[in-house]
Amino acid sequence: MKIIVNGEAVETTSLTLAALLTELGKGDAKVATSLNETFVPKTLRAAQSLSDGDRVEVVAPRQGG
Amino acid sequence: MPTFYGREIASRLMLGTAQYPSPAVLADAFRRSGAGIATVSVRREAGGEQAGQDFWTLIQDLGVAVLPNTAGCHSVREAVTTAQMARELFDTNWIKLEVIGHADTLQPDPFGLVDAAEQLINEGFEVFPYCTEDLVLCERLVAAGCKVLMPWGAPIGTGLGLNNIYGLRSLRAHFPEIAMVVDAGLGLPSQAAHAIELGYDAVLLNTAVAKAGDPAAMAEGFARAVEAGALAAAADPMESRDMAAPSTPVLGKAFL
Repeated sequence: MKIIVNGEAVETTSLTLAALLTELGKGDAKVATSLNETFVPKTLRAAQSLSDGDRVEVVAPRQGG
Repeated sequence: MPTFYGREIASRLMLGTAQYPSPAVLADAFRRSGAGIATVSVRREAGGEQAGQDFWTLIQDLGVAVLPNTAGCHSVREAVTTAQMARELFDTNWIKLEVIGHADTLQPDPFGLVDAAEQLINEGFEVFPYCTEDLVLCERLVAAGCKVLMPWGAPIGTGLGLNNIYGLRSLRAHFPEIAMVVDAGLGLPSQAAHAIELGYDAVLLNTAVAKAGDPAAMAEGFARAVEAGALAAAADPMESRDMAAPSTPVLGKAFL
């Protein structure tokens, strides 16, 4: 299916958010996630299924003012 | 020293972590500043990058409290979701809440700010709202449960200093029990000293240090300025007046 990850179209076979992160090489990374503009806690990623057209955001710590 | 949500911080200086020439300069500036709080953000990270983890390691090594922000958020939903992600990433209930209402001035959206603050406080966040010096807005934020107010000195990144001294002084007087921070717009240590002289508990700045030719030296300048301001505020300053008054005794002057 085709989903949007951080604004970019991605073709994936991952069925859950946790599987997608592993596919992206972020399985153990210090990141936080949202799905369709709603926060998904780390503990719920494995249970969070993905659907065609979903919008996923993956963010990490960054410098800020 | 200021206390934010029950946590005492050993400095009146809060420092941003963006725009430094290098991580080493950032670390040096923090050491010289003595700042007790570092502001940070969350941003997208491209596949394969480890910049987020590297930055987090650097911040942990500074040994300061971390205050994540919702910088760049223009809607309540964006700000709330960003805050939720930041809480998980940084393991803190503290959030510097920014809901930007105007792209040119980066002026806070007062209506969205109150809405977002209410939602986040209901979820257990401890909100540091980036606001204007508007008294009614600040009353709403306090009614929502904010124990800290962070009015701007001037628009972010301008270095213009305290644009509305009357408004800031008035706000301080209205909320004697609330921890208050002048956030944004400071360019020089003298402006930071002035904010503390007005009775503010702390100042928060980033660009003034990060974009100085020598960020570490400027950081120390700000550190000394807020100490000077605090000494002055505690020392019961003289009343200002319009007419001159000689300080040297008039009596006994030689009659020439």
